[in-house]
Amino acid sequence: MDPRGWGEILFTIAITVALAVPLGAYLARVWQGGKTWLDPVLKPVEAGLYWTFGVDAKKQQNWLAYSLSMLAFSIASFVVLYLILRFQNLLPFNPQGFAGCSPDLAFNTAVSFVTNTNWQSYVPEATLSAFSQMAGLTSHNFLSAAVGIALAAAVTRAFIAHRSEGLGNFWVDLTRISLYVLLPLSIVIAITFVALGEPQTLTGHVDMVGLEGGKQTAIMFPTASQEAIKQLGTNGGGVFNANSAHPFENPSAITNIIEEIEMNVLGYACVFAFGIVVAARKDARALVAVMALFILAAASIVYWAETQPPPAMHAVHAAAQVNMEGKEVRFGAPSTATWTAFTTGASDGGVNAMHDSYMPLSGGVAMFMIQLGEILPGGVGSGLYGMLVMAVIAVFVAGLMVGRTPEYLGKKIEAREVKFAMLSLLIMPMSILGFSAVAAVLPDALKALEAPGGTPHGLSEILYAYTSATGNNGSAFAGLSANAPYWNTTLGIAMYLGRFATVLPVMAMAGALAAKPKLAASGGTFPTDGPLFVGLVVGVVLIVGGLLYFPAQALGPIVEHFQVLRTVAQQH
Amino acid sequence: MLSDIRPAIVSTVLFTMLLGLVYPLAITGVAQVAFPYQADGSLVRDAKGDVIGSALLAQPFAKDEYLHPRPSAAGGNGYDPTSSGGSNYGPLDPRLAKRIAADAAALRASTGHYAIPDDAITTSGSGLDPDISPDYALLQVDRIARARGATPQAVRSVIEQHIEQPFLGFVGQAHVNVLMTNLALDAAVPKGPSRPA
Repeated sequence: MDPRGWGEILFTIAITVALAVPLGAYLARVWQGGKTWLDPVLKPVEAGLYWTFGVDAKKQQNWLAYSLSMLAFSIASFVVLYLILRFQNLLPFNPQGFAGCSPDLAFNTAVSFVTNTNWQSYVPEATLSAFSQMAGLTSHNFLSAAVGIALAAAVTRAFIAHRSEGLGNFWVDLTRISLYVLLPLSIVIAITFVALGEPQTLTGHVDMVGLEGGKQTAIMFPTASQEAIKQLGTNGGGVFNANSAHPFENPSAITNIIEEIEMNVLGYACVFAFGIVVAARKDARALVAVMALFILAAASIVYWAETQPPPAMHAVHAAAQVNMEGKEVRFGAPSTATWTAFTTGASDGGVNAMHDSYMPLSGGVAMFMIQLGEILPGGVGSGLYGMLVMAVIAVFVAGLMVGRTPEYLGKKIEAREVKFAMLSLLIMPMSILGFSAVAAVLPDALKALEAPGGTPHGLSEILYAYTSATGNNGSAFAGLSANAPYWNTTLGIAMYLGRFATVLPVMAMAGALAAKPKLAASGGTFPTDGPLFVGLVVGVVLIVGGLLYFPAQALGPIVEHFQVLRTVAQQH
Repeated sequence: MLSDIRPAIVSTVLFTMLLGLVYPLAITGVAQVAFPYQADGSLVRDAKGDVIGSALLAQPFAKDEYLHPRPSAAGGNGYDPTSSGGSNYGPLDPRLAKRIAADAAALRASTGHYAIPDDAITTSGSGLDPDISPDYALLQVDRIARARGATPQAVRSVIEQHIEQPFLGFVGQAHVNVLMTNLALDAAVPKGPSRPA
């Protein structure tokens, strides 16, 4: 560890939060249908789209209608993506002549990209055509992100509603977020990425004969255009198998820091936008503080752990300053640690180093960040509504302590809302721990492990897979060979539960909140904008995550950490 | 719900075309015009115009006169751009210890030095890491100089010119691009014709 490394971690977090402030202000305008400087170009496009969709842009939807529209759209986009992947052999831009994906792989991948998870069971450069990458995956990188932000906008509106039902219009939110936010930012970033070295070509492969005569085949894709939205929309699905460790996806420290900023900036911006729309800027800042504190803590632990390399490196008397297994030289420990916190705190799941080869505590922290609910700052949109659930639980806990009906931002929090909030929270542990427990005893499932049988690392691989799928993260302990029917199917179900089963109770909660009167703050209102509340939310997040997952973590990463300590001690 | 069927289908189709075809193809067009070298994968060509590699992809160098890259776990024999990835060995995996021990011994034999930089005995995340640390590069100076029949100072100076410093001085790590440095070595310190490698 050195001061430059700490500087890089702090600098990256600070610049991300700072950029989220203006972006949040812009996002608030897009949510509210306000004027933007892109209107001259995009207004006609927007109107044309509503006309072809056959929707009335002025029509408000209640929570149920909004959710049903969201589900209908997700089903349609799932079917289209499934068909593209299944029949890519019949579609254009397939220079390598790849076959269609198997049914279970097409299912898993389609669920994965529709739920904003972007878990990948396959090696893209050996499986997917350029058409599948673009029309299939790049477009869903936009759409699944836009769906998340749309849902966040709907939940936000519940906090300004006064005895009413309307939470906005799903089709309008989907369209405006795609056109006014995601597309223009992606265009600028994609062109920047090309300038910085990422390929952008339809040429499938180039044969090369090296200086010593060795033959290699370089695989290319329209990489930069997908990389830009992959990170901005917290998707994380790699254009290549090695994801953002691949030099084509992430050629330098500059692209690396841009991608890190992209991964978290919209998550924070959603919270700032919430603060503007609800006129609760200080409360929003408190939530941002909670998120950034967790990110800083996670990055710090990973940085520390990755500078304590594995026993094998001490055994040969190497320099043993950094665990470089699975890491790239241009990034080193600090860039990798920052990235790890950003990608697991958000539901991004892109990696710039192989998590499977991390030191046990780093892998544990990565898992833990996802298990805390993908709210730090979380997936675009989903981070905001997930964090609002935590805030509701926090004021409820505070209310219990003083024996008073809790309020959050002028809305009374009563039994109904807390039940919905808890229901949303409990889906995740049920899926993660339930599926992991089954896989851990199923011989068929265990065949997929990379780690030697019966080791804590094997349990970590299983736990990480279901954590990542349910949390809609998509990163992996990549040694697990998940491209088999059992894993493809169960992980697909976990991804569905993690996305849709958790958001429906949140929408129901939003509906209940919207129907309540908006109260003015009184002297007895518990302040939700200061350090006391920040501490309370941190506590709730930690207790929920800690109590639920600590036993499983103890059998995986934690016991493995002590094994590492013992092995190192025995060497001396 | 029934009223959602039309917008669901129409929006999926239209957005797929706009975001999945128009956007990436437009970026491809701009990229091919404005940044053709990067857009085509930073390919390096020899005097005849044949592609000898990409500045961004590691290739296997084994001869003494060249800088060697890091070990690679991409594909069966390493350095395979059609199968990028790391070893995915956990920190206590016995296969990791075995591989590191073998690589460390081989490295000490080839460089003639006892020191071992961390990146020299570990596989990268992509298996295609085009760079090595300055420590690892400078450790190879004596071997390269011997093989080329040149002075260590000549080799060292080429390598030192190719050390790329962190962005803004603190973002990322200093590194040396193996392929580009090897090309520079061939140009600046040609191999002596009469001396065996």
